[in-house]
Formats: sequence, C-alpha cells, structure tokens
Amino acid sequence: MADQKSELRLEPLLWMLFSAGGVVAAFLIPVHLFLWGLAFPLGWLKAPGYLSTMALLAHPLVRIYLFVLCSAPLFHAAHRFRYTLYDGLQIKHLNEVINFSCYGGAVLGTALAGYLLWTIP
Amino acid sequence: MKSSGSAPGYTLNHPRWYRTRVSTYWWLKQWVYLKFVLRELTSVFVAFFVVTTLLQLRALSHGPQAYENFQKWLQNPFVIALNVVSFLFVVYHSVTWLSLAPRAMAVRIRGKRVPDLLITGTNYAAWLVISAVVAWFLLGG
Repeated sequence: MADQKSELRLEPLLWMLFSAGGVVAAFLIPVHLFLWGLAFPLGWLKAPGYLSTMALLAHPLVRIYLFVLCSAPLFHAAHRFRYTLYDGLQIKHLNEVINFSCYGGAVLGTALAGYLLWTIP
Repeated sequence: MKSSGSAPGYTLNHPRWYRTRVSTYWWLKQWVYLKFVLRELTSVFVAFFVVTTLLQLRALSHGPQAYENFQKWLQNPFVIALNVVSFLFVVYHSVTWLSLAPRAMAVRIRGKRVPDLLITGTNYAAWLVISAVVAWFLLGG
C-alpha cells in the first residue's frame, strides 16, 4: 500500500494528533461521561432538557468545542488502539487493515461530528 | 539458465535470526505489563464515549422525541454498566496522562527544572477547574 517514504512523513503528524487528543480526552471526557453517562441517567443530577441543550448548541463556540471533543480523542484512540494490537496481540501481518480501520474510523467519526454539528438547527 | 524440476535453482541464503517466541499473553505475566495494556485499552472507552456523543447529537438533530428515546437508552442497565466501566477507564487515562506530563515536557525556569510534582499538581488543578466549568455550563449555571 503506502510506500515507506509517505509513511515516514505521516507518522509525526499521527503522534501529534495522539498527543493532542490525549490531552483533550484527559481533561474533558471524565466530566462529560460522569454527567451524561451516570449522574443524569441515574437521576443524581437534573439533566438539561431538549430545549436547554439546543439553547447551548445555538452558540457556535459550543459547536466548535464539541467538534474538538469528538475529533481529537478519536485520533488519539485510533493511534493508541493501533499500537495495542501491534504490541499487545502482536498482530503485525494485518498492519495495513488495522491502520486503515483505526484512522479510517477516526476520519469517519470526525466527518460525522462535523456533519451533525453543521446541520443541527 | 532457467531449469525446471529436479535441478536446484539459486537461492539467496537468508540468515535465520534467533528470536525467542513471545507469548500473545505476555502482558498477563506481570502487574506492570497488565497496567500498561489496561492503559492502552483506555482507547476503546475513549472511542465509545465519542460514539455515544455522536448518537446524542444525532438524536438532538432528529427532534425532542428522538432525544427522549436517547435518554431512555442511557438509562438501560446494560448501558449504565458499560458507562461505569468506561468512566473508570477514562479516569485511568486522565491519571496516567497527567502524571506522565512532566516526563513529556521538562519545563525549565531560569535554567532550573521545575519539579515534577509541581507540573503534575498544576495539571490536576487544571483538570478540576475545567471539569467544574463544564459541569457549571451543563447544569445551567
């Protein structure tokens, strides 16, 4: 597939995305997951309703924030999962398939996030 | 000259490297290895979080009824259990990531290296403040 040279050029960018996404994930995901995944469904705290959530989303900065919150951690996770399979399970012969699925998934997720955030009224 | 059948052709002599085979489950043998693999597996839960967030955005774009269904889905005990596990893994990612920060960037002020504890401490403080700000927005502050 990709020749050696282009892989070498892409690798620093992938590590940079891994790092940036790791920072975003470390600082932001726990609080979001705690509220939306646990505190709101279990009734510990009152969840914002449809209208107030849409009111928050009306602000462009909130949409940019959510775009970064979705996209950056996806690239982080893709990179890390790729190496988990590589080191952990020693699946090396499937490298090309794994790379394609990992980064492809991240690109797809980013596109979906962009589309949804762009089209939500 | 091309020969076929019984005549032995020229083969490159390729050295066989001596490599001990590593078991696929090498990471189960020591606690530090297991911790490393658990840390790497946080990526799965980070991705799962993003997927639920995308589902939430989709529900929002489909209107109030779809959003209510999404909130009901989040109350499903199976989803709650999954989110409990995800939360633990995601916090594990944050803790390991923030603790590694001083190794990733050695900050120097006036030629002196800033102590690791100060960088880690600042990171944790930032984590706390950021979390509080996000919660404040979501809880309609």
